[in-house]
Amino acid sequence: MYKYDAIDRQLINERVDQFRDQVRRWKAGELSDDEFRPLRLQNGLYIQRHAPMFRIAVPYAMLSSAQLRRLGEVASKYDRGYGHFTTRHNLQLNWPKIEDVPEILAELAEVEMHAIQTSGNCLRNITTDQFAGVAADEVIDPRPLAEILRQWTTFHPEFAFLPRKFKIAITGTQEDRAVTWFHDIGLQLHVQNGETGFRVIVGGGLGRTPIRGQVVREFLPWQHILTYCEAILRVYNRQGRRDNAYKARIKILVQALGVEAFAQLVEDEWAHGKDGPATITQAEFDRVSAHFTAPAYSAESVSNAALEAQLTANKAFSQWVARSTHPHKVPGYTAVTLSLKKPGIAPGDITSEQMATVADLADQYSFGELRISHEQNIILADVKLTDLHALWQKAKAAGLATPNTGLLTGIICCPGGDFCDLANAKSIPIAKAIQARFDDLDYLFDIGEIDLNISGCMNACGHHHVGHIGVLGVDKNDSEFYQVTLGGRQGNDAKLGKVIGPSFAADEMPDVVDKIIKVYIESRHADERFLDTFDRIGIDPFKNRVYEGRAHGKAKAAQKEAA
Amino acid sequence: MAQLIKLGAAATDNWQTLEIAEGETPETVALPTGDVIFPLAVWQARKAEIISCHKRIGLLLQPDERVEDVAADLDYFIVIAVNFPKFVDGRGYSTASLLRQRYHYQGELRAVGDVLHDQLFFYQRVGFDSYALKDGKNLVHAIEAGFKPFSDAYQTSTTQPQPHFRRRA
Repeated sequence: MYKYDAIDRQLINERVDQFRDQVRRWKAGELSDDEFRPLRLQNGLYIQRHAPMFRIAVPYAMLSSAQLRRLGEVASKYDRGYGHFTTRHNLQLNWPKIEDVPEILAELAEVEMHAIQTSGNCLRNITTDQFAGVAADEVIDPRPLAEILRQWTTFHPEFAFLPRKFKIAITGTQEDRAVTWFHDIGLQLHVQNGETGFRVIVGGGLGRTPIRGQVVREFLPWQHILTYCEAILRVYNRQGRRDNAYKARIKILVQALGVEAFAQLVEDEWAHGKDGPATITQAEFDRVSAHFTAPAYSAESVSNAALEAQLTANKAFSQWVARSTHPHKVPGYTAVTLSLKKPGIAPGDITSEQMATVADLADQYSFGELRISHEQNIILADVKLTDLHALWQKAKAAGLATPNTGLLTGIICCPGGDFCDLANAKSIPIAKAIQARFDDLDYLFDIGEIDLNISGCMNACGHHHVGHIGVLGVDKNDSEFYQVTLGGRQGNDAKLGKVIGPSFAADEMPDVVDKIIKVYIESRHADERFLDTFDRIGIDPFKNRVYEGRAHGKAKAAQKEAA
Repeated sequence: MAQLIKLGAAATDNWQTLEIAEGETPETVALPTGDVIFPLAVWQARKAEIISCHKRIGLLLQPDERVEDVAADLDYFIVIAVNFPKFVDGRGYSTASLLRQRYHYQGELRAVGDVLHDQLFFYQRVGFDSYALKDGKNLVHAIEAGFKPFSDAYQTSTTQPQPHFRRRA
């Protein structure tokens, strides 16, 4: 993975000093709260419901074992001994003291980590596919260009105060695992006539106004990505709305202008920067790429006989392998997902002890590197098939081998009303209640692949719009209710789920999910996943079952009156 | 009164900015004598008159005013002031970049309005060379620390047209 050189190190050390001085001036009253707020946000620091929340960047999902170990140490020294992985390659601490944050940053800088631009109205952390560099379906490894983009976004002088936050995702695989259709800029690497370049998608986003992005350029040779992004950002910085925060994302500008007119503005702007000094050189690409060479994979041919025997002999192991491994481009290897979705634990949460354990596992089984996924799990990307059984036993002992990745209880979930100031409703208790209801592993496997996403408010950190089942917390007359959507999905055919109907109380949610699942089980054809059945039969059978016997409209009003 | 920083030091501000009071219009407002920074609307309405009676002319650009609309006039201006009504409104950074990089404006480029310590580094990089630091803020510390929180940068900018990757040894 990428190792800092002199300038990278210098800049993050200087960032620590800068933030230390900003905190000092704020404490001394030289910076007002309003003046300090954007500065601390651009260092990932929120003031939350109970305490500050501090968001640390994991650029394009890659971590070394030393970095994860340090995150664990920081979480135990300055927080309550755990952290939360978000849906955008960050680790959040829920209880640090503001005064400690400069020290935390200093300790992170020692292992080449930071919290730069993890929040605020600026260029955010670049995200990508958690299997980048190892996926069997990869066309181009996106990581070198993701790192080049990371450097470009860091302290960009013209785009530090945008109308609103700005998120870029990049992918280089056939199947999109980076949700590129729902980012401010989504970049899909592909090859055209032997040349490598990007499909550039602009104006996607979830949140309050979910919109699928649109292609502004079908093919952009990779060398031009910085100048082209500068053109997009300049158009947005100048023309994006600043009068209303809810209408300030670039998606609103693209919608208002129409994608053709927007693309034309970008092309006109780009004409000035194209081929300028920011055009990426082959030398720079090669320099950065050299950090992402393949590890020393074992070349010995492996017999799978032992693994086959273990799989046959041990159902629990075989269930875990079925849910937790992803095809690797090197024979004899696989990418392993360690689930952070153990029932009863807040999805994405990990303790300091677990971080230390995972770091050890990465050292022992995966060349000392690991990834985090936007599904809030940890990936060991280079595990030998022959090590799977040993790894499973250790992961299981650490509570990291729940075989539910991609299943109903592998829920994607934001911190919600338990922690977050923005939330309208709690999300973690809903996840836990659903996990408790569906505790039969055989049944979960029978239900099969399904994404359940929960967000505690319309800001959609839990990506509920793209869940096959999406749950959104809403506030009705100071009570927490939950709206359900069906049929959303990520990937190449990414689309938004449809609202099934009126919202539900928290205690109804396990029953609601249960009814939805029953309709699927009863209606499915052989080999149909939940989504396939949904696409075939539509939303009505689900709606009818879920609202069966529930009073609506006038009847409901009458009921209320009678009560 | 804002505190002017120029050439890395506190400076005296000899310019006055023309403000259009209620009831006045760009067409009717009286033009003061001396070194005056004119709002764009006044410049556009009274260009010939301003040129005839002022040797040293300044221009004030608001965040939503387009550089393109004055691109042909830049040679008239000794100073262009770019207003940041709120420091979180970042449009002025693009205004400055365009003035310097695309239209090669060579005169003084001044950040005015909600100008604070922690944005000086960015202002300087996009091409500002004078800064009307907000009243009440620590001028000494701003001059001492505000311009160099970072010793280098990755990107191209007005002050560094080559990205860091082209400057590697």
